[in-house]
Amino acid sequence: MPWLQQRLNPLLVCCKCVTVFKQATCHFFLKRQVCFLLARKFTDKHEWISVENGIGTVGISNFAQEALGDVVYCSLPEVGTKLSKHDEFGALESVKAASELYSPLSGEVTEINAALADNPGLVNKSCYQDGWLIKMTVANPAELDELMTEDAYEKYIKSIED
Amino acid sequence: QGRSGCTVPLSRQGGCNGMGQEQEHPVGAVGAQHGAAAGGMCGNRDRDITAGAVGAQHRLGWVVLVGTGLVPSTLQRTLVYGRDRIRFMESLVVGDIAELKPGQGTLTLLTNEKGGITDDLIVTNTSEDHLYVVSNAACADKDLAILRDRAAQLQATGSDVHLEVSDNALLALQGPSMARVLQAGLPDDLAKLSFMNSISTTVFGVPGCRVTRCGYTGEDGVEISVPAARAVELAEQLLGVPDVWLAGLAARDSLRLEAGLCLYGNDIDETVTPAEAGLMWTLGKRRRVAMDFPGAAVIMAQVKQKPRRKRVGLTSVGPAIRPHMAILGPEGRPVGTVTSGCPSPCLGKNIAMGYVEAAHSRAGTKLTVEVRKKQHPAVITKMPFVPTQYYMAK
Repeated sequence: MPWLQQRLNPLLVCCKCVTVFKQATCHFFLKRQVCFLLARKFTDKHEWISVENGIGTVGISNFAQEALGDVVYCSLPEVGTKLSKHDEFGALESVKAASELYSPLSGEVTEINAALADNPGLVNKSCYQDGWLIKMTVANPAELDELMTEDAYEKYIKSIED
Repeated sequence: QGRSGCTVPLSRQGGCNGMGQEQEHPVGAVGAQHGAAAGGMCGNRDRDITAGAVGAQHRLGWVVLVGTGLVPSTLQRTLVYGRDRIRFMESLVVGDIAELKPGQGTLTLLTNEKGGITDDLIVTNTSEDHLYVVSNAACADKDLAILRDRAAQLQATGSDVHLEVSDNALLALQGPSMARVLQAGLPDDLAKLSFMNSISTTVFGVPGCRVTRCGYTGEDGVEISVPAARAVELAEQLLGVPDVWLAGLAARDSLRLEAGLCLYGNDIDETVTPAEAGLMWTLGKRRRVAMDFPGAAVIMAQVKQKPRRKRVGLTSVGPAIRPHMAILGPEGRPVGTVTSGCPSPCLGKNIAMGYVEAAHSRAGTKLTVEVRKKQHPAVITKMPFVPTQYYMAK
């Protein structure tokens, strides 16, 4: 019953990270440290990254997608592109403006979200799931510590909105 | 800065037309209540109707009310009175003002002695005793200084001319069903009001309004100059009609670009001439012969020798073309610069305006545009990109 699952899912989110609880695989049962790595972290440029098995998935925050408006084009890098932290790796375009994307960490692009080519609106519809942008290796895991936790990011948004 | 700038229409980075000057205006309050992307409010994402959504709806038949303080703050109205008002106006602009019939208006250009465009204006020969001049608010101060100087000069030689700055608000009601919406509140027959014609009338019970069938979207539409004290009331009434939506500058910008209309400060300014901008049609025949407008010698010489650069339209697919991007020729040599550009909500491809060397300006010419350090193909395309729908009475 998918609707029931949907109703319940919000209750079954890992306390530390934001990944939805799935009984068989959930890191809720894994070590605290792993759970920490899976948590979504944020940059002050409104990208998020969550790292699993050494690969980071990168997207933009809900705040960013709302600010940008309907995304009509996604410029993404080629697989294999080496990025340093803060490097511009692409841009999202709405009718109004292009908004540059900055790498949250150093690493190499391993995959881009091919679905965005035909459906750039996924970034708006599902910025934390189907609307992810790239996957990348994590060259320097210590860089993760420099990023904001979800709580810190929420506070950051409030501070820039005021 | 990050992404904080992304709700601000890029076109406004040009400076001159900047919405930086957020004038307090009565209609601003309406925007807040109705959730519009307004000019001065464009940084506020909560009030945002995206350009894409409004742009597309607009062409499908929605009526868009462009107001909310943005039109009042981007346009200034000046009234010119006196027996010598036409001679006064013609001494400053390129158009044939004398030939305008009562109630008729025209787009014209205020030029400087070097042939550069100081501003673009709509000048209407009202059926009353004055000319009605609408200019860009960002140019308001310099325009008014020019107008006042010339008026003083003429007055000193005994001419009869004087100026009055209107503090009315301006609401633009634009779109295919405009006539249906507005006719319900208008004693006059809109079927008799052609594009670029103007009447003084009562709109939805508000007297002292000026309704001009014009706009900045390429669609049938009107601009309503309404006494400031009752502007909010009129805006509310119009918004009460189910088909009427509020739209902001971003929506208006994509619409005007689809219609191939210039934005002052981006596509035209004091560094370009009417010949380069492809606006020679604004020059009255009589004026060309008489060469009695500012910069006439420069402009007419340019027409003879053909201008070195020309304003053109560009289309592309892929990443959007934006202002300030370089336009490159076949050998990768820069041949021009983009002045306006966005993805077209109606066409599903990118549209842009820019200046290129005349040799590359023919429609169909394949060039490239540099977007984020990569070259992407673009084609010189005739404007308007979307056919205009101006109304002509039969």
